[in-house]
Amino acid sequence: MPGKLKVKIVAGRHLPVMDRASDLTDAFVEVKFGNTTFKTDVYLKSLNPQWNSEWFKFEVDDEDLQDEPLQITVLDHDTYSANDAIGKVYIDIDPLLYSEAATVISGWFPIYDTIHGIRGEINVVVKVDLFNDLNRFRQSSCGVKFFCTTSIPKCYRAVIIHGFVEELVVNEDPEYQWIDRIRTPRASNEARQRLISLMSGELQRKIGLKVLEMRGNAVVGYLQCFDLEGESGLVVRAIGTACTLDKLSSPAAFLPACNSPSKEMKEIPFNEDPNPNTHSSGPSTPLKNQTYSFSPSKSYSRQSSSSDTDLSLTPKTAPYPQGPRIYLCPSSPSLSCGSLHLKKSCLLLSESSLTPHHSSLVSPVLRKSVSFSEELFLAASGMGSGSAGKEGGPFKALLRQQTQSALEQREFPFFTLTAFPPGFLVHVGGVVSARSVKLLDRIHNPDEPETRDAWWAEIRQEIKSHAKALGCHAVVGYSESTSICEEVCILSASGTAAVLNPRFLQDGTVEGCLEQRLEENLSTRCGFCHIPYDELNMPFPAHLTYCYNCRKQKVPDVLFTTIDLPTDATVIGKGCLIQARLCRLKKKAQAEANATAISNLLPFMEYEVHTQLMNKLKLKGMNALFGLRIQITVGENMLMGLASATGVYLAALPTPGGIQIAGKTPNDGSYEQHISHMQKKINDTIAKNKELYEINPPEISEEIIGSPIPEPRQRSRLLRSQSESSDEVTELDLSHGKKDAFVLEIDDTDAMEDVHSLLTDVPPPSGFYSCNTEIMPGINNWTSEIQMFTSVRVIRLSSLNLTNQALNKNFNDLCENLLKSLYFKLRSMIPCCLCHVNFTVSLPEDELIQVTVTAVAITFDKNQALQTTKTPVEKSLQRASTDNEELLQFPLELCSDSLHSHPFPPVKEHLESASSNSGIPAAQRDRCSSWIELIKLKAQTIRRGSIKTTVTVEKASPVGDGNFRNRSAPPCANSTVGVVKMTPLSFIPGAKITKYLGIINMFFIRETTSLREEGGVSGFLHAFIAEVFAMVRAHVAALGGNAVVSYIMKQCVFMENPNKNQAQCLINVSGDAVVFVRESDLEVVSSQQPTTNCQSSCTEGEVTT
Amino acid sequence: MTSELDIFVGNTTLIDEDVYRLWLDGYSVTDAVALRVRSGILEQTGATAAVLQSDTMDHYRTFHMLERLLHAPPKLLHQLIFQIPPSRQALLIERYYAFDEAFVREVLGKKLSKGTKKDLDDISTKTGITLKSCRRQFDNFKRVFKVVEEMRGSLVDNIQQHFLLSDRLARDYAAIVFFANNRFETGKKKLQYLSFGDFAFCAELMIQNWTLGAVDSQMDDMDMDLDKEFLQDLKELKVLVADKDLLDLHKSLVCTALRGKLGVFSEMEANFKNLSRGLVNVAAKLTHNKDVRDLFVDLVEKFVEPCRSDHWPLSDVRFFLNQYSASVHSLDGFRLECGGTIWAHCNLHLPGSSNSPASAFQVAGTTSVHHHAQQFFCIFSRYRVSPCWSGWSRTPDLR
Repeated sequence: MPGKLKVKIVAGRHLPVMDRASDLTDAFVEVKFGNTTFKTDVYLKSLNPQWNSEWFKFEVDDEDLQDEPLQITVLDHDTYSANDAIGKVYIDIDPLLYSEAATVISGWFPIYDTIHGIRGEINVVVKVDLFNDLNRFRQSSCGVKFFCTTSIPKCYRAVIIHGFVEELVVNEDPEYQWIDRIRTPRASNEARQRLISLMSGELQRKIGLKVLEMRGNAVVGYLQCFDLEGESGLVVRAIGTACTLDKLSSPAAFLPACNSPSKEMKEIPFNEDPNPNTHSSGPSTPLKNQTYSFSPSKSYSRQSSSSDTDLSLTPKTAPYPQGPRIYLCPSSPSLSCGSLHLKKSCLLLSESSLTPHHSSLVSPVLRKSVSFSEELFLAASGMGSGSAGKEGGPFKALLRQQTQSALEQREFPFFTLTAFPPGFLVHVGGVVSARSVKLLDRIHNPDEPETRDAWWAEIRQEIKSHAKALGCHAVVGYSESTSICEEVCILSASGTAAVLNPRFLQDGTVEGCLEQRLEENLSTRCGFCHIPYDELNMPFPAHLTYCYNCRKQKVPDVLFTTIDLPTDATVIGKGCLIQARLCRLKKKAQAEANATAISNLLPFMEYEVHTQLMNKLKLKGMNALFGLRIQITVGENMLMGLASATGVYLAALPTPGGIQIAGKTPNDGSYEQHISHMQKKINDTIAKNKELYEINPPEISEEIIGSPIPEPRQRSRLLRSQSESSDEVTELDLSHGKKDAFVLEIDDTDAMEDVHSLLTDVPPPSGFYSCNTEIMPGINNWTSEIQMFTSVRVIRLSSLNLTNQALNKNFNDLCENLLKSLYFKLRSMIPCCLCHVNFTVSLPEDELIQVTVTAVAITFDKNQALQTTKTPVEKSLQRASTDNEELLQFPLELCSDSLHSHPFPPVKEHLESASSNSGIPAAQRDRCSSWIELIKLKAQTIRRGSIKTTVTVEKASPVGDGNFRNRSAPPCANSTVGVVKMTPLSFIPGAKITKYLGIINMFFIRETTSLREEGGVSGFLHAFIAEVFAMVRAHVAALGGNAVVSYIMKQCVFMENPNKNQAQCLINVSGDAVVFVRESDLEVVSSQQPTTNCQSSCTEGEVTT
Repeated sequence: MTSELDIFVGNTTLIDEDVYRLWLDGYSVTDAVALRVRSGILEQTGATAAVLQSDTMDHYRTFHMLERLLHAPPKLLHQLIFQIPPSRQALLIERYYAFDEAFVREVLGKKLSKGTKKDLDDISTKTGITLKSCRRQFDNFKRVFKVVEEMRGSLVDNIQQHFLLSDRLARDYAAIVFFANNRFETGKKKLQYLSFGDFAFCAELMIQNWTLGAVDSQMDDMDMDLDKEFLQDLKELKVLVADKDLLDLHKSLVCTALRGKLGVFSEMEANFKNLSRGLVNVAAKLTHNKDVRDLFVDLVEKFVEPCRSDHWPLSDVRFFLNQYSASVHSLDGFRLECGGTIWAHCNLHLPGSSNSPASAFQVAGTTSVHHHAQQFFCIFSRYRVSPCWSGWSRTPDLR
C-alpha cells in the first residue's frame, strides 16, 4: 500500500571549502529513497547555501517506507570532473509511520562523511502521508511502536504483555565482498552503512508483523544487535517483548482536548485491526483472547519473507529434537562444542501451588550443572555434553505446559523487560544462562538463515528448561549476546527465572489487574524473594530461611538476578556496583581445536566469575545482586570475563555471613598468623563497607527465624555431587565453619592472589555511588543534572611471559583505573551517582584489551536522602488508585462515547488544532482500550486540568523544530541549538516524559587514513564519538524531541593500523527519542493558571505560541 | 601494560576551567599535569597522577577540537558536535580571546604580519609567556583584524558581532586593531612606562574623534583610518605659535584663568611657550605617515617630559590642558583668521561636552582599566584641540 514521502531541502551551513581557488563551494543535494533520486539546483559559491527546494515526493510502498532510509547526499558541483561528495545524511523515517510519534522531521542534520566526519549541516523537512493498509496479508507493520526502554514506557500502561518476539536477517558483509578490493574505503563504508540501515528496517518490519500477529501494538525492550561475522556475513538480530500498550491518562500526558478523532485512527480502521486497544466498542466488551489465534497472514508471511523458524509462531506441541542433531551430525559445518548452563543456587521458595509439578521435572542435564554448583554454593556451570539432557528438558516442559497457564503455551516465555508493573513479578528464581560455542560458516543463502536461527533456538530452549528446573515458568530480564573472534563465535543468553502473574499475560481486563495489583502489592513486598521451587526438591542446595519480612515463606540467603530492583522491594542502605573480572590465556588454535579449547575453558570461567561475585558481595555485606550481566569475550589468545551487577541488601533475605579463611596447613605458625591477619583485614573491610553503604539491618534473633536448612540432606547432596565432579576447582569445601559463613580456602598462591584482589577494590570516593541498574537502591531524591558519557580505553599488554595472574591484574587495574578516572572527571557533580554503568570488553587484537563504558551521572540531594522512600512507581500506583476512586464519581459521562466513532481518520492536523468546548478530550477515546479508561481520563481532566495546559500549549502549536524546546528547555537567547539530553535510563530525573517520538537506531562507520594528523587513535575516536552524539541529538531535535532515553551504545568496534596511519571504527547506538517537561515547569504553569477550564487554557495556548 | 587509547566523551562537553587556562597558557600536557599536581588537586580528590594525566590529555584533546570553532565564535554557537551550555560557551570564547598585557604591549602598533610572527619567540623569552600562547594571541589579533578590516559600521560593534566578545574585550580589540592599522610606535623606551590600558583609552578617543567614522558613519574602514582631511586641518593650528600676538594672548588667557590654582604656576608660566609650541607642532606634523606613527613618542618628548622635569602634579596638568584648549576659543584672531568653522563648533560643544578632557579623564578613571593608570594623552579632537593627560604616577619623583 502506498505512502507518500515528501522531502524538502531548505538550506545548508558551515559547508567545507571544496574549491580551493575560491575558498567556496558549489553545493547541490541528491535526495534518494529506494530507487528514486531527486536533485536540487546547484547553489553557486557559498558555504551557506539556501536551496529552498520544492517538495520532492516519493510514492512508495509502506514496506519500503519501513525498510529504506532516506538518503540525502550533499555534493559539490564540478563542471569538468566528477562531482565531489561532501557527505550524507541518513534519515530513518520510521518515527513518522506510527501514530502519536512525530508528525514531521525538520531540522539541522550534520552532514556526515565516513572519511572526514561531520562537514557542515543541512536543514531538511520530511513528511509522510500514509494510506492505511487494510490488507491482512500485508508485509508491512506500520504502526507498531518500538521502544528500547526495558520497562513499560512512562506515559503508557501495559494492557497485555504478550511475550517474546525475535527475528534475524543475514546478508553478506560488503566489506568482505570481492568488489571491496577495487572500490574506495568511502564507497565500502557507505555500502555497509546503507545495508545495515536497510537490514534494521527490514528486521523491525518483520518483528512488527509478528507483534501484529500476536495482536500487540508495541515492542518494548527492543534490542537489536549485529554480528560482524567477517567472511561469513553480517547478521542483524533483534529481540523484544510484544505488548499491547495503552496511553496513560497521567497528568502530563496527552489530553489534547479536541473533538476530532486523533490521527492514529488512520491505523485503526476496522475491527480487523490488529491493535487490541481499539476493540472496545462498548463498555461491556471484554478484550478478545488474543493469545493464539492464527490468521492466514501468518503462514503467508512466513513463506515469503520471514527467515525465521516456526518456533515463535506455533504453539508448542512437541519437543524439539534439535540438540542431538546438531551435536552429532559430522557433516554439519557447525560445531557445537559445548553449551554451558549456569545456575545460581540462590533460589527461593514458591507458593505451594506450584510445587506439585516440580518434583519430577528436573532434567538430567540440569542436574549435572546444578550439582556442579552445589558445592560452590552458587553458580555452577557444566558442559551440556549429553544429548539426553537436551531432550529431557523440552519433554518435561511439555508436561508442564499442559497444566500451566497461558504463558506456558508460548514457545519462549521470555521477557526482555527488566522492570515491571507492580504485581507482575510473583517470584524470582535466579539467574539462568546458557552459552554455546559455534564455528562460523559462510551463510550460503541469506534468505534462509537457518543455522543462525537454529543456534539461537537451541540456546533459548536451554534457558527455558533451566527456568523450569527452578520451578519458574518464565524468564525475565532476558538478553542475548555474541562474541566473535575469527571464525569462532560464543553465543550467550541469560535472564532471570521467574514466576509471573498470568493476569498480565492474557486477556484480563485492565481494571481487574489494577485492583489485584494493588491488593497484592500490599501483601507481597517480599514476595518476589520467596523461592519458586519446592523446598524438598531443590535443584541444588541452598541455605533457606524464613523470609525476614513476612516470616511465612522461605527465602534463599543470596539472590542473583538480571533485572532491576523491583520498586516495591525493601532495601536496607545503599547499593553498589560489583564487578568480577577474569582473564584466561588460551593457546592459539584453528577452527575446531580452537572452539574446543574455548568451550573447555568456559565452565571454569563461569565458576570463577561467580565465586568472585559472591566473595565481593559478602565483602560488601550485601545479599542480593541485580542487573547481573556476564560478558565473556573471546580473543586470539585469551578469554575475558566481566560480570557487573548492583549489590544490595534486601531486607527479606538473611544477613550475609562473613568470609572465613581457612589455611590448608594448620601446623605452620607463621602461616597461621598470616591467615589470621588476612581474616582480620577482611572483617575490617566488611565492617567498613557496611558503614559506607549504610547497611544496618535490625537485629533478629535466630530462633524466630528457625533453622535454615535441614543439615543432613545437604550433606548427602554434597557428597553426591563431589563424586560426580572430577574438577579440581571443586576442592573447595563449603561445609565447614559457621553455617552461613562463606569459607575461602587458601591452598596455594593463586588462592592468595584471589583473596588479595578482593581487598584491592577501592570504594568510590565519598559523595559518589555507582550501580549498573536504572536507579540506585537507597537514593531517590534525584536532582535534575545529568551527564551521560562514554569512555573508551585500550591497553596493550606486554607480550612477554604473560601469565594468568599478570593478565588478571592488568585487566583489574584497567577497570579500576577507568572507574577512578570517571570519579575524578565528574567530581564537580558530587554528590552524584553513576547509574547504568555498562562495561563492554572486546579484544580487537592479540595484545589489546578494549573496555568501553557508558553510564550516566545523576546528581542527588544529599540532605533529603533519607527522608522519602517513595519511588515513582509507587506514586503512580497511588495515582492509579485515586483514579479508581474517581472513576466512580463520573459515571454519567459515558454517553459522550457513542458520538465519536468515525471509522476513518481525518488529517492529523486536527489533533493539534481542535479543541473541545466541553473540555473533555473526546479524541482520547481512540486511545482508550476501554470505556473505563476514558472515564479515568475525564476524571483527570477535571481534576488536573491546570496541569494539562502545558501539554495543550505544546499541542496547539504547529509542530516544528524548537516548539517543544520553548516550553521545556528554553534555549539561551543567543544560541540556536537546543539542548538534547541523553541518558541510558528510562527516565529523566525531575522531568516528565510526555511523548515518545520513536526509536533511534543508528549505525556509523568512520575511517581515516591520516590517523596521526587527527590526533592519533584517541583523537580519532574522541572526535568520532562526539560526532555520533551530535548526530543522535540532531535527529532527536528534528523529531521535535529534547531527550533520548534508554540510550545504549551497542557496538563500538575499533580497529587500527598505526603503521599504515589508518584506523576504522563502527558504532551502533539506539535509544528512544522523547519529549520531556520539567516538573518545575509544570508547577509553574499550574500555578499560573489555577482554573481548570480546559477551553480557556487551550485558547491561551494557541495565542501564546 | 601501556595505554593505547583513553578517551572520555560526555553528552555535555566537560570543560575544566583550570585546565583550559593551562592550555591557553600554552603548557604541554606534561607541564600541565605537573602544575596541577602542585596545586594539590591529588590530595583534595584522592586521585592518582595517572588519572590526572588522562584527564588532562582528554581536556587538551577537547580544547584542540574546539579551537577550530573558536576561530569563528559564531560557529561555536551553531555547531552541533559539542553540547556546551551558553554560559560555558561565553567563557570559552572570552578566555580564548583574552590576552596578556605584557604580550600585547610588545606587539601593539606593529604590523600583524608574518615578520612579526617570526619575532614571537623573542617576545616569548622576554615576557616569559610561552610561545604557544604568544602565537595564539597574535593569531587572535590578526584574525580579528582581518575580519573587521574592510567592514562598515562601528569597529567595536563589528568585533562584538563577529567574535561575541564582552564589551570590555571588544573595546580592547578595537584599540589593538586601530593601533595595528595605524602602526603607532609604542615600543620606544620612552613609552615603556605606559600600559596597554593607557593606549587603549587613547585609541578609543581617537576612534571617536579622529577617524573617518567620526565624520561619516557609512564608510568602509571608517573606524580604522584617521581622517586625512582632519589631519590636514590641524596644520592651521600653527598660527597659535607662529603668530606672536596670538601666542601671548593665549598665554595670558591661560595664566589668568589658572593663577592660584596651579601648584606649578611659575614653571607653567615660564614654559608656556615651549609647551604650546610642542603641542601644536606635534599636531601640525600629522599629515605625514611617519609622524603619525611617532605621535606618542613626540607627545612624550615634547610635552610630557618637560612637565615631568618640572614636577607637575597630575591635577595641574589636567587643569592646564583644559584651560589651554578652552582659552583658544576665546582668541578673536584665531576664530576669525583660521577657517573658524572648527573652532566655532568648538565653542558650542566644549563647555558641557562629555568629551571634554575632564570627563574623558573621569571616564577613564571609572572604567578604570587600571586603577593606577596614568591617563596621559593629548587629544586633538576633531572640533577642538583638547589635549588631556593625567599624570604619570609611576614616576615616583612626581608625587
